[in-house]
Amino acid sequence: MSLEIFLEMGGYGFYVWTAYGVTFLVLLINIVWPIVQRKNLLRQLLIRQKREQK
Amino acid sequence: MLAFRRRAEMANPIFFFVLIVTMFPLAIGAQPHLLQSMAPGVIWVSALLATLLSLDGLFRSDFDDGSIEQMLLSPQPLSVLVLGKIIAHWLVTGLPLILIAPLLALFLGLPEQARGTLWLTLILATPLLSLIGAIGVALTVGLRRGGMILSLLVLPLYVPVLIFASSAVDRAAGGLPVSAQLNILLAMLLAGLVLIPLPTSLALKMSIN
Amino acid sequence: MSIFPDSVGRFFHRTASPPYFYALADRFIPWLTGILLILLAAGLVDGLYLAPTDYQQGESYRIMFIHVPAAWMSLFIYVLLAVMGGIALVWRMKLAEVMLVASAPIGAGFTFIALVTGSLWGKPMWGTWWVWDARLTFELILLFQYLGIISLYNAIEDKRSAARAVAILALVGVVNVPIIHYSVEWWSTLHQGPTVTKMDKPSIHISMLIPLLLMAVAFKVYYLIAALQNAKLELLKRESSSQWVKNLLEKSA
Repeated sequence: MSLEIFLEMGGYGFYVWTAYGVTFLVLLINIVWPIVQRKNLLRQLLIRQKREQK
Repeated sequence: MLAFRRRAEMANPIFFFVLIVTMFPLAIGAQPHLLQSMAPGVIWVSALLATLLSLDGLFRSDFDDGSIEQMLLSPQPLSVLVLGKIIAHWLVTGLPLILIAPLLALFLGLPEQARGTLWLTLILATPLLSLIGAIGVALTVGLRRGGMILSLLVLPLYVPVLIFASSAVDRAAGGLPVSAQLNILLAMLLAGLVLIPLPTSLALKMSIN
Repeated sequence: MSIFPDSVGRFFHRTASPPYFYALADRFIPWLTGILLILLAAGLVDGLYLAPTDYQQGESYRIMFIHVPAAWMSLFIYVLLAVMGGIALVWRMKLAEVMLVASAPIGAGFTFIALVTGSLWGKPMWGTWWVWDARLTFELILLFQYLGIISLYNAIEDKRSAARAVAILALVGVVNVPIIHYSVEWWSTLHQGPTVTKMDKPSIHISMLIPLLLMAVAFKVYYLIAALQNAKLELLKRESSSQWVKNLLEKSA
């Protein structure tokens, strides 16, 4: 099966790929966002701790 | 008893109720047929909104003047006191809605045969609206601008009541039997009376801390 | 608690302590991620490529492989929220509160996915982007319930009170869920007539069932990973001034 036929999804390509795309995006955000926030928090706490130790 | 002294609080839900219902013919046109078919839904959504607006008066003034702490100290279980407050709230806000309903039925051309059902659904469901609303108020009474969140919390809980009440009036307008819907509403009311005061008191206790 | 053997009790006691749980999460996440990637790969290849074309709906039915598991997850997570809320209220378990708060946005995400994919699946079938179909309406109301939980938690300043409030809300909300389900289903037959929604396949062929189940399990593993990530963040926020966090910072410095 060629790539074009696969992407076309029998004419429904837009719907299928948008659906999978949105899903992937939401799931990705829900995992990446807490990781990023946690790293930021750790950094901030570290800075504060170093300041208090002086 | 205090609630009756604040006449303004009693009048506002009625005015709001009538006003919202009035908005609909203005917005969608006054064709009798259209209004008639939408009447049950319009009256019921308006009742919901009017109740939502009035919920603020349920615990907020007690929260502000420290009465809730007094309630906690009283020898009676908080759930009983809470139930009492909810009933008082209904008397002041739900009951007036029930009394003004015939006027609104007139405005929207609701058929005669549905009037009785309209009364019944309002009698059964407005206490339920006060009960369900009470949980929302108890959860948000400590918040500065809790009004929007209150609506967000309470409206999904109102949806089943809305569905059954407005469809009962709708069916009655068409001459169909409504005993099933009324029984469901009655069951929900009884369940609410029993089940709701406890989480409401829990939420109030949490709000005070 | 005496019905459980001592070792189980000790396990729960230890796991419920924030530093232990935090470390445990760190150890589990890589493994779970590996399992997730394998399941996702299998499910996607099967669902998008190997599974046969539906003779009624053509290729658009493949959206089902994410729509249905997402809808299942939206419901599953809400029930979990209520269970964790009950545990948090009865046993005042900090960890239950944290997991509750951690899970809500994930549940909301799945509900949103269910709505969007449902709409995209329905558009070629029904011709419009939205219909008041029983399931879509249900998911919409469920989304509002999730948003209520998230908003309430964010609105209350003291996070322990906030968690208790949200626990109560989740318990009340979970009672509403079956009531909404039945009332909305009844309501949709009133106003639309008995049209069978094309989203429910009456009997599903095994070649389509397998990718569906693969994706369902994949989503569950994903939920665990995402919930643990959120929980780690929440624990850090809550306990930022505690000793174990200070130790953690020392080690990473």
